[in-house]
Amino acid sequence: MAFKNRSFDDASTVLDIRDLTVRLLDRPEAAPILDRISLSIRSGETACLVGESGSGKSVTSLAVMGLLPKEALAATGGTIDMEGQNLLKLGAQKMRELRASRISMIFQEPMTALNPVMRVGDQIEEVLDTHAKFSAQEKKRRVIDIMNQVHLPDVERIYRSYPHQLSGGQRQRIMIAMAIILEPQLLIADEPTTALDVTTQKQILSLIAELQEKHGTAVLFITHDMGVVAEIADTVHVMHHGEIVEQAPVGELLRTPRKDYTKRLLKAVPSLVPQPARPDEKRGEALVVEGLEKIYGGQGFLVKRESTLAATNVSFSIPRGRTLGIVGESGSGKSTVARCILRLIDPTEGEVRVANTEIARLSRRALRPHRRHIQIVFQDPFRSLNPRWTIGESLIEGPLNTGEDRTKAMKRAQELLSLVGLPEDAVSRYPHQFSGGQRQRIAIARAIAMEPDVLVADEAVSALDVSVQAQVLKLLADLQKKLGIALLFITHDLRVAAQICDEVIVMQHGRVVEHDTAANVLSNPQHAYTRALIEAAPGRNWDFANFCELPAA
Amino acid sequence: MSVAPQPASRLQWVLGAIALPKRWRIGAGPIVAALVLAAIVIVTLLSPVISPHSPMAMDALERLKGPSETYPLGTDAYGRDVLSRVITGGRVSLFIGIGAAVVSVLIGLLIGLVSGFFRLADAIIMRIMDSLMAIPAILLAIALVALNGPSIWSVLFAITIPEIPRVVRLVRSVVLSAREEPYVEAAITLGSSMPKILWQHLMPNTLAPLIVQGTYICASAILTEAILSFLGAGVSTEIPTWGNIMAEGRVYFQLKPSLIFWPGLMLSLCILSINLLGDTARDMLDPRLKKREA
Repeated sequence: MAFKNRSFDDASTVLDIRDLTVRLLDRPEAAPILDRISLSIRSGETACLVGESGSGKSVTSLAVMGLLPKEALAATGGTIDMEGQNLLKLGAQKMRELRASRISMIFQEPMTALNPVMRVGDQIEEVLDTHAKFSAQEKKRRVIDIMNQVHLPDVERIYRSYPHQLSGGQRQRIMIAMAIILEPQLLIADEPTTALDVTTQKQILSLIAELQEKHGTAVLFITHDMGVVAEIADTVHVMHHGEIVEQAPVGELLRTPRKDYTKRLLKAVPSLVPQPARPDEKRGEALVVEGLEKIYGGQGFLVKRESTLAATNVSFSIPRGRTLGIVGESGSGKSTVARCILRLIDPTEGEVRVANTEIARLSRRALRPHRRHIQIVFQDPFRSLNPRWTIGESLIEGPLNTGEDRTKAMKRAQELLSLVGLPEDAVSRYPHQFSGGQRQRIAIARAIAMEPDVLVADEAVSALDVSVQAQVLKLLADLQKKLGIALLFITHDLRVAAQICDEVIVMQHGRVVEHDTAANVLSNPQHAYTRALIEAAPGRNWDFANFCELPAA
Repeated sequence: MSVAPQPASRLQWVLGAIALPKRWRIGAGPIVAALVLAAIVIVTLLSPVISPHSPMAMDALERLKGPSETYPLGTDAYGRDVLSRVITGGRVSLFIGIGAAVVSVLIGLLIGLVSGFFRLADAIIMRIMDSLMAIPAILLAIALVALNGPSIWSVLFAITIPEIPRVVRLVRSVVLSAREEPYVEAAITLGSSMPKILWQHLMPNTLAPLIVQGTYICASAILTEAILSFLGAGVSTEIPTWGNIMAEGRVYFQLKPSLIFWPGLMLSLCILSINLLGDTARDMLDPRLKKREA
């Protein structure tokens, strides 16, 4: 694929960070959060800061913005140079003037970064108010102009809208409008597209690129996504444990990475090339779903509510030992399907047969003995374990419900922990003592403890770093091979789906638009929406793990 | 995870391990409050032993006298010892305060758990609670005492009932947000029964706010009891309480203000220290609610 390869030799330096060190205030003897990092960005350049969670990417951006939490972190060494001024030495007042007019920032979560009780037009005007004096007419003209520049539709209406009336993509465009209205020299974007769907992400990335070209802005782009890096970066800075381990132009870094860590990071990026489907061993269907439908609302208490069709006419089956993926963007109904199958919500229509028992119409009480046949692993590892319970208590909750003896269950819990690659003494510890990946392993062990026929993984690796993601995916595949479980894998990430699924269902607006083997769906998509999804996957032509171009399909 | 101490900072490390975490450190205020409250409770409990006179014994010759050696705080209109009456009067107040707090929290917890988890029950329960809350607490209490007669138990009942809806609302709101947690949904898929999920997964989330709410109920119940007694709708006048001592003293207020001053002081100290302890408990159990430090 074509990487950016412009030369910036003639461009002026906008930001120059030299030997920046940031430490924890209450533990000055501990390893620094940022360890003498140096990087510079020239005007018009996009510098990508990549790394896994905890590597110090966000702290770097906060340090530049002068927004380090005062009671916890402090810059103890180095300089951040912008136009001959050392930002670390500037007072609060000076720094405030600099923000928005010279440096501005876009955050990850467009939902929480906007004020929910203020019209978005007023919020953009507020930026103008704090940094310049304009007449009311002039202000409005400028705001409308910037809203046009970020390609918002129906600008006059959106100008008067509140954030909740806009989609995620539109909110992010408003954020970008706020960030660039004063034409800053430096734009910091901290994971600006992580919370967005891939098709929206593609639009936002090209918008940032377009505005950058127009205004010559330097962009410091923070991301964990190598695909995004391949699409937009001029230069890449790889961070690890508070250090910059490698910096290079994007093409060079992706073709010939020099450092081991960079290589590891790139190798962990799942490939978009689908695994060939494993042969069906004809061991019978573990899960059969027929004509599933879920309508929200409809009848309320005394009032008639508007009804929403969350999923309709969904039918599929999974044989034992196989994996089916459901892929789609937010609001496509993929999680609704999962929750209906687990009977966390009641389907409006249709049949769900788990281990040859129809469970869609059973009463809650009659259902309880059958629950053990189908288990789930949730997305958020920090909320899926009861924080007040030891790991052991969490692991034996299910077995105790089926009448298993407590000491026996506890012994099996220890075996399960070693099965998922954790020490056996973890039974007596609490969830907060484990990392996200470890907690996800515990959640998997808890599900496996019930010896289920079907395991539903609802975005189970989406919250994890790529290297941890790879380990958890491998664990799931191993367990599946060992125990013959049918796996229903729900994800928005085509790369993950390509790696683990035998078959893939693509959902849009509550309907199944495509259902075929993973290989067919990904390399020969039939439906326009599937093609759009694949088209939007960042870095789709690059084989990150092998540092080379993907052969054209 | 513990890290091996650096030799140079070993002393610091040891001290750090002993020192309470920041949010558990408390100031002087709560300690004074706890001491005051403890003193009031001890004196009140020991009142049969330490009060110099029987609180009901009258002395027709010593009516409305000032402080003397026999009567340290003077006597009232019937020649009864004010000191003995004030320390005995605390018994009813404290019993009603603690009793109302415990009973309303327990009942409110049970109703709130059910209401938060079962949608159908919620619609009915909350309408009943709404109508209870619509009646002013004092009026409701007066009506209940009027119905059941002026015994200690009927006063306790009358004070507890109006407090229950507030506890129910609190528990319900905690349950409503906690039930959306994935670990609760995981428990459902693991086949745990509803009572088990309610009691083992959801109930512990409500404990911290309930402890705090309990102290506020305790203080407000003591006050309500005093108001009821003052209005003549409380415990019968044969049993001294801070409220009815003040009610009787009201007639002689201009002649002898100390008849109202002493029970009023005890009541104020008691409620102030309970509220202060409640605030401290809130800050320690739930730092998010803490008022921002200047």
